Formats: sequence, C-alpha cells, structure tokens
Amino acid sequence: MTQSLVGSFRLPNPWRTGVILVALVLALPVLTVFGFVFQPAGEVWRHLADTVLKDYVLNSVLLLLGVGLGTLFGGVSSAWLCSMCQFPGRRVFEWALLLPMAMPAYIIAYTYTGLLDFAGPVQTGLRDWFGWSYGEYWFPEIRSLGGAIVMLSLVLYPYVYLLARAAFLEQSICVLEVGRTLGAGAWTGFFRIALPLARPAVIAGLSLALMEALADYGTVEYFGVATFTTGIFRTWFGLGDAAAAAQLAALMMSFVFILIVLERWSRRQARYHHTSGRYRHLPRYQLRGWRALAAFGLCLLPLLFGFLLPAGQLLVWAVRTAGETLDAEFLRLVWHSLGLAGAAATLAVLLGLFMAYGKRLHGSYGVAAAVRVAGMGYAVPGTVIAVGVLIPFAWIDNRIDAWMRDSFDISTGLLLSGTLVALLFAYTVRFLAVSLQTVEAGLGKIKPNMDDAARSLGLPPNQVLARIHMPIMRGSLLTALLLVFVDVLKELPATLILRPFNFNTLAVRAFELASDERLAESATAALTIVLVGIIPVILLSRSITRARPGHG
Amino acid sequence: MAKPDSPVPLLEVDHIRVRYGDQTVVEDLSFHLEQGRIGCLLGLSGCGKTTVLRAIAGFEPVSEGEIRFAGQVVSRPGWSLVPEQRQVGMVFQDFALFPHLTIADNIAFGIRQQAASRREARVSELLELVGLGAYARGYPHQLSGGQQQRVALARAIAPRPALMLLDEPFSSMDKDLREQLAREVRAILRHEGITAVLVTHDQLEAFLMADEIGVMHAGRLEQWGSAYALYHEPGSRFVANFIGEGVLLRGTVLNDHQVETALGIIDGNFDAAFGHNDDVDVLMRPDDIIHDDDSPMLAEVCDKAFRGADFLYTLCLPSGARVLSLVPSHHDHAIGERIGIRLDLDHLVMFRR
Repeated sequence: MTQSLVGSFRLPNPWRTGVILVALVLALPVLTVFGFVFQPAGEVWRHLADTVLKDYVLNSVLLLLGVGLGTLFGGVSSAWLCSMCQFPGRRVFEWALLLPMAMPAYIIAYTYTGLLDFAGPVQTGLRDWFGWSYGEYWFPEIRSLGGAIVMLSLVLYPYVYLLARAAFLEQSICVLEVGRTLGAGAWTGFFRIALPLARPAVIAGLSLALMEALADYGTVEYFGVATFTTGIFRTWFGLGDAAAAAQLAALMMSFVFILIVLERWSRRQARYHHTSGRYRHLPRYQLRGWRALAAFGLCLLPLLFGFLLPAGQLLVWAVRTAGETLDAEFLRLVWHSLGLAGAAATLAVLLGLFMAYGKRLHGSYGVAAAVRVAGMGYAVPGTVIAVGVLIPFAWIDNRIDAWMRDSFDISTGLLLSGTLVALLFAYTVRFLAVSLQTVEAGLGKIKPNMDDAARSLGLPPNQVLARIHMPIMRGSLLTALLLVFVDVLKELPATLILRPFNFNTLAVRAFELASDERLAESATAALTIVLVGIIPVILLSRSITRARPGHG
Repeated sequence: MAKPDSPVPLLEVDHIRVRYGDQTVVEDLSFHLEQGRIGCLLGLSGCGKTTVLRAIAGFEPVSEGEIRFAGQVVSRPGWSLVPEQRQVGMVFQDFALFPHLTIADNIAFGIRQQAASRREARVSELLELVGLGAYARGYPHQLSGGQQQRVALARAIAPRPALMLLDEPFSSMDKDLREQLAREVRAILRHEGITAVLVTHDQLEAFLMADEIGVMHAGRLEQWGSAYALYHEPGSRFVANFIGEGVLLRGTVLNDHQVETALGIIDGNFDAAFGHNDDVDVLMRPDDIIHDDDSPMLAEVCDKAFRGADFLYTLCLPSGARVLSLVPSHHDHAIGERIGIRLDLDHLVMFRR
C-alpha cells in the first residue's frame, strides 16, 4: 500500500539531476572547443589563416562534395535495384552490399595503395605486359584528393543504401501502383514518385556518410590531403598550439552543425512521407537479359571494390606475414583493443540505460534536452573530441599536481590526460549516441500499458523492471554493446591522440605500420578489425530483412 | 470477495473526482455494479471514461470521493491501494501482451504463484475457452488482432478476478469481428461469473455487451441506465443526441397531454412539470414516424439512405423543419416526392428551450 503524492511540493529528483549532470560532463569537450572561439587569435592562428587554412576548407569541401556524389549514386542505385527489381544474385546483394561498412576507410586506403602504387601488382603487371618502363605511361595517382574521395565513397555508401532501401521498402506499394495506373513506367515511377518520397531518408543517410567523411583522419593523412582533421593534428603536435587547434576544431564544427541540422530536418520530413498504412508483398520488376546483367554489375561494383578485393588482398598479406606478425606483441595488441572496447561499450550502455530510463520516467523538457545533448557526440569528429578532452583534462591534471606538490611534496603527474581515463571518456562522448539510440528503441517497444498490465496481474513496480523490461530489452542491450564495441575497435584519430605513452591498439598499430610502408605486416591487425566489424553488419542486415512491412 | 447475494454492491464508485495536475478530468462521478453485472462507460474520446477505469484499477488516485470493492475502500483522497493488490483484471486497448513470453506464459503470468499442475490446467482450460488451444507455444506477434484480444482476455481472467476492466477492447477491429468478439467476451464473462466495466465510444458495442450503460460527457456522468432507458428515456439533450438517431422538434405545450409542433398537435403523456405555453423541444426518433400512404399528413423526401432492410428518409415539413423516418425498404420513394406519414408515440421526451 502506498501513499499517493499530495500537493505539488517535490524534492529535487536525483535521477533528473543525474541525467543533466552526465549530459553536461559529456558536453565538456565540445564546450571547450567552442570556448576558444572567443579567445583572441594567436600568432599560430594568423599564420594558419595566411597559409594553409584556405586549403583545409577547400579540400574538406571538395571531399564532402565528391563523397556526397559517390555515396548518393552508389547507395541509391543499389538500394532501388535490390528493393524493387528481381535479378540473379539479388538476395545475396541485399545483405552483402552492407559489408563495406566493416572496412575502416584508412584500411581500404592503404590496401589500395599497396595494390595500385608503382611497385604494386597492377602497375607491375601492366609494365610486364606492355613492356613499359617508369615514366612512359600515365597511371592515376591514388594518393590524392580524388583517391580519398573514391576510398571514402566505397566504404560510406552503405549509409545511403541502408536508409534508402528502408524507405523504398516502407513505401506503400499503393502509391507506385497508382503511378502505374496514371501511366508512369518503371523509370518514371522511380524518378517522379519513389525517389521524391524517399528523399528525406536519402538525405539523412547522406548526412551520416558526410559526417563520417568529414571526421576521417586516417585516409586523408595517409594520402597527404590537407583537411580539417589533419590540420588539427598538425597544429596540435607539429606547432604545439592547443588554442589554434581548438579554434580550427571550432571552425570544423560549424560544418558538422550544418550536417546535423540537415539530418534532423530530413528525418522530421520523413515522418510526413508515409501516405498509406497498407502494405502488400512487393511485386518486383523482373529483369532479364542485358538489363539483369547491368543490374548485377551495378551491385557487384561497390561490393567488389569496397570489400571483396581489399579484404582478399589483406588476407593474402596476412597469410604471407603470419609467421612474423602473430607473436606475443600481437596478442597484447588484441588484448588491449578488446579490453578497451569492452570497457567503453559497457560504460556507454550503462550510461545510455541510465539516460534513457531518466527520460522515460521523468520526461520533462530539461531531461529530454539533456539526453539530446548527450547524444550529439556521434556527429563530433574524433579529432575534435580528443582536443576538447585533452585541454580541460591537462588543466585539471596540472592543478592537482601543483596542489599535491605544494601540500605534500608529491607529484601526481598526469592522472587523467595521460591515462586510459581520457580515452574512455572520449569514446563515451563519441559513441554514447549509438547505445542511447539502441536502448531508447528497445524501451520504446515497451508501451506504458505493458507496465500497467503487469501490475494489474499482481507484480510490484521493482519486479516489473526485472520480469518485463529486462527480458524485452535484452536483445537491444546486447546490440548496443556490440555496436559500441566495434566502433571503438575501429576508432583511429582520438585513440592516436589520447592513448597513454606506448599503449597500442590494433587500429593504431595497423595505421603506424602502413604509414611506415610496411603494408603487408599491418594486414593481420587490419584483418582482425574487419572480421570483428562484420558481426554488427550481419546483425544489421538480419534485422532489416526481418522488419519488412507486407511480408508477415 | 462478495457473495452473489451480498447486499453490498461489488463495485461502488462514490462521488469521485480525478485530477491531472490542475485539470479536473472526472468530476463528481458515481455509479455501482452488482455482482455479475456488466457495466459500460460510453462517451466520446477525451470525456474521461478511461480515467475512471484507471482510477478503479488503481493507476490514478482520486482527489475526492471513494471507490469501494464489496464495501471495502480501495481509493480515497490521499490513499490508494496499489494496482497489484486489487485483484482486478484489465484488458487494454492495445492488448499489451508481453512479447517475450509465449501465449501460454502470457496467460499464466497472473497465476505464476500457483502450483505448476494447477497452473497448467487453468491455462489449457482458458486456451480452450477462447478457442486458441493450438497456439499455446506460439508468440503474440504470430497472432491476428482478434486472437491477441482473446489472449489478453484469457490472461486477465486467469487469476479469477472479482472485477474485470476492459478499455476500448474492440476498437482496433473491423465491424464484423467486433460484434462477434463482443458476443464471445460477454459469454465468457457470464460463464466465469465476472463483474466487468467496459469503456467504449461505440454505442453498438455498449448495447451488445453491457447490462447497464453510463453516458459520460466532459468528465461527468450524464445518465446511468439500461440501453432501452437511454434510447427511449434520455435524461438530457446530450444523451438524446448521442444515443441513436433522431431530431429535436420545436413545440409548444398546450395542456398536460398535448404539444403543438410542425407535425401538428401530438398527443402523449409527458412529465407533469411542463405546463401550458412552455416552449419545448420534442425528441422524434426515426421509428416514431411511420410511413402510411393513407395518412393525410404529407412530407417531402429531401434525402434518403438505403440500409438494406429499410430506408432512412429525411423528410422536410412545410414549416422547413426536418424529421427522420425509418421505412421498410420496399417503399422506394424518389427524392422530391411527397409521402404520407403518421406518428406512433405515446411517451414524449421533451426538453425546455
């Protein structure tokens, strides 16, 4: 028997306070970066502005434009073919087209460099075949802006594919049939009905791909293309100017905000684009002859160049170098990577659960806004987060150290910025959104009536959590754990900047070896990352084939 | 709880008021149900009917009045017995089946403390009762809407609650299924001897299911009574308009048994409170106006709707007033035609203007 609340006086709710506090702490890196906008420009910044800033902006914009076009074409065409047409191999392509998601851009970049540079098998083969020698023929330079655009497009098109495909499948077949009765054939139906209806989803996918492209560090650094991320890195380590790096990061964030606004806006639009709630089995266009062949080719290209070829090359390298690379050092790398990813994933899921429950229980405006802020990290590039973490942490470290030395004559050194604490914090900031989204989706499936039903059947509130919520959420929690785990495993720039001295992970090691032109030796680490990265891709493809309206 | 012949009603809702923050959603509402009866709260969405149900279940506290089960107070201002101790079964609009449990486990949820053998016997008995014996090992998402509804009912019945609450239980179904399920559910509740309160916005559903119906409007109970009483003796203009079809025709009281209207002078008995020269509205149901070719009284057909067994004609009177008439469908008259009518009324329902 409980006493119901009488009157409107309430103590400050610990849960609400906790949610808002967590959000504030997680917003610290971004707030720090923005704090430097109001600092007077220093010597280094003026130097940057006079010399390289123009290149950073121009290259970043060109990169975004190129990757935008590439992912748009690759993603939309393959999504349309797989959801609306029937041709040999469609069922395999449907999920296999997601595989390039498992391939980090920096890994595909140096794999192709190994394949296509002067000493690589392709050019060597051409020379042998035609009897050419150095300088007698033209071959496209992979280490260029164009090369970076192709690399990033190859691994980022699945974002567009995923959301466009979902949109095509969710479109009520009625609207397309209405189109046919009004005389619109397959092509007209695509350009005049299906594509405009799917536009919000396509734009949402595109903005996600562009956020990743903007955040990329490994590819552009490896190809020597000067963009924001490499610029921040160089300003920080090369010129040693934290303020200028932060100011550069703030400028970069203005690009990110445009993308965030674009993504949010298009997702809102998407809600109004459902015209009919009735779904039926999709009658696909049956393609035959050269049309079927063309469709097959169009779907094969991104899969072949985005996954099969580079993964195959990595495998060849890994097998060739297995004797040297599979040593105790490698096992330590695996242990570091898995431990770090596991710890970060657990932290992110626990915090995500806390935030999502806070929102469900106390869905006030303040709490909802706090949860939204905490989820913004997915859009913030790892380089920016790293800078935003390091500046305040170093400041705190110095304060503690100075105070301890004054009071007790003990030097504490770098308690936060030089340890895994900084790294774990950065991962949480960046990937909390991933777990938060998954947990919220899981919680959303539990309607409030479910709680009421359980209580009317004699279950006290605390047991509702254990017997109803947890079992229903188990799948979502595991998915969230896995997604964060893999994201952390693949993360490069923040890890590079924030890792403690001499602490290596698979991603860092692969990148370092590749940067030293030891491509073959880096393959073992790279392949491990790719293989683990395939697991969530499989989960994802399974969940989208299951959640298909009109298919029971 | 209560014995069948208990003098105390099984459910008493006694002048309750329910508030959400500063907003009063239910105001001064009372009714009671005897053991084994099926009651219904009928009203448009937002009238507060679901809130009353949730107050009875214990999900909402009352700020005034009392709710009693078999004479025992379960809700009063400042105190409320928690839902899990009320032994009330509830069926929700969206069924709220537990997606992670099988059909059998869903039904067994409320009787999980019982011994396994007893529990299994009860579950299979209920599965048979709702005609889903073959689906015990299946999961909720494999069932159709109607089947899910039956499982939700079986789950709520399993602990043999003294009182069952049903919140818009058939709203997500099409008309035929809704009628069939309403009959089935009524039969099952009768079979188990369960007292029930149903909430709906659909009067046919209310008529099919309930022994007693309360019409709610803006948080208040307008009238509580049988379907027959609500239709033939509506206590307010709202109930007269809300239940069934009909029009209110202007009239003037001539004496204690006659009213003058656009249809002439109508004879009938009515409330003695009405006196000479009172301006009133008289309720005319479509079945009060009979088509009769021999009648001297004529009215023009302004509109008609075919309903299978009969036509619902809208008739325009010379004064411009309109009335409705239900006519067997072999009397097919064109719009614009003038047809003979006569009145078949003995009790007049009137409201003061």
